[in-house]
Amino acid sequence: MNEEISMADYLEVIQVIRLRYGYDFTGYAQASLKRRLVRFMGHANVASVFDLKHQLVNDANFFNQMVQYLTVNVTEMFRDPAFYKTLKEVVLPKLAAYPNIKIWHAGCSTGEEVYSMAILLHEAGLLERTRIYATDLNPANLERAASGVVQLEYMKEYTANYIQAGGQQDFSDYYTARYDKVILQKELRKNITFFQHNLVTDQVFNEFQLICCRNVFIYFNRDLQNDVLKLFYDSLSPWGYLALGIKESLRFTEMKNAFENVHMNHKIYRRKR
Amino acid sequence: MEAQFNIILIGGSAGSLQPVISILEQLPEDLRIPVVIVLHRLRNVQSEMDRLLSVKKKITEPEDKEKILPGRIYLAPQNYHLMLEADDTFMLDYSELVNFSRPSIDMTFSSAAIAYQHKVMAILLSGANHDGAAGLCEIAAQGGTAIVQDPAEADFDVMPLAAIAMCDRARVMSIEDINLYIKSNTQAD
Repeated sequence: MNEEISMADYLEVIQVIRLRYGYDFTGYAQASLKRRLVRFMGHANVASVFDLKHQLVNDANFFNQMVQYLTVNVTEMFRDPAFYKTLKEVVLPKLAAYPNIKIWHAGCSTGEEVYSMAILLHEAGLLERTRIYATDLNPANLERAASGVVQLEYMKEYTANYIQAGGQQDFSDYYTARYDKVILQKELRKNITFFQHNLVTDQVFNEFQLICCRNVFIYFNRDLQNDVLKLFYDSLSPWGYLALGIKESLRFTEMKNAFENVHMNHKIYRRKR
Repeated sequence: MEAQFNIILIGGSAGSLQPVISILEQLPEDLRIPVVIVLHRLRNVQSEMDRLLSVKKKITEPEDKEKILPGRIYLAPQNYHLMLEADDTFMLDYSELVNFSRPSIDMTFSSAAIAYQHKVMAILLSGANHDGAAGLCEIAAQGGTAIVQDPAEADFDVMPLAAIAMCDRARVMSIEDINLYIKSNTQAD
């Protein structure tokens, strides 16, 4: 499947996207992005890379569809429940010391992890004085995230995750079900700001006590990982926390000495001064 | 002489645990290439699969960007696809389920076909769905060696049969023959 597109073609397509639309995929990990590109060509019925470039240059709508395929829009509520348990037991008590808490969810996709955080904060009595900034490069994801609507079919799994994460209430108190969808409580949503931010091209916009960026990083190559970590470092207050996905690691980056381990297995780090 | 293989991949689903353990037990002591195992697994539960499989040697679940080292045995982590990059590193991927699975055998096999071309030995074991068949074909198409567990001895024959149907270059072998094949094709001269 993947051999349909050569390395030269791949690089050229990325170049066209960058110059025409300002999205820079140069530093993305190749194995995954190339596969997504080929999948999109299949979906859009584009037979050749020549046609792909032609349509990209001439049709912004076509590009918008393509972004849906190039970015990974998969997420879960309370993914890796043990991580959320640690967050609740180790990190939230520390955040409680601040009069106003600022949290950044970078690459929030459709928002499931943002709402999981809001639920934890609510149960810790901290949501009222927290402002969550949730960003993604994909506007369609942000729109879905802001709507607070989730497919009903996932709620069984999310409830199990929530319980494993040490959730204290009846999970169904947090949403209202309608047909095959649920809408999350308005209370959870009111302190969240969703907006577009591209980790590759955009800059520091605030200072945070906690940055969550789980399973975003894996799509970047090592150079880009270093750049994004610098951005996180600059966006954290001294001793601010950084949470990555459980198989992501600072070990292979140049920034590893700028952070200390808070929890090795759950990949929670803290900015050294 | 240049080594015939740079990597061994093993994929399996239902009914593959025993065969995987048997292969791991029989691996040559001096094996100098990495082995990567992809098994269909539950997603959000605590798992001790890595320990269960550490029969002779410690098996680890790689982290993103970890270097793929010779002689080491790796297991695809739960809830991620595991891809191999041409610079001998792992890449984890959290995109959609493929064939209802994450990790998906197809994803790992297909990335290995690109990164290692004809230097791949891929083994597909017992299972109850079609994952792995397409990836195995891509490996064979690149000149790699595609091996399928004999469906007659597999606890679940759907996966081996799917691979045989899709990939006419797949070689059908019993676990015993697979062990012999690994021994005779990975030893240093």
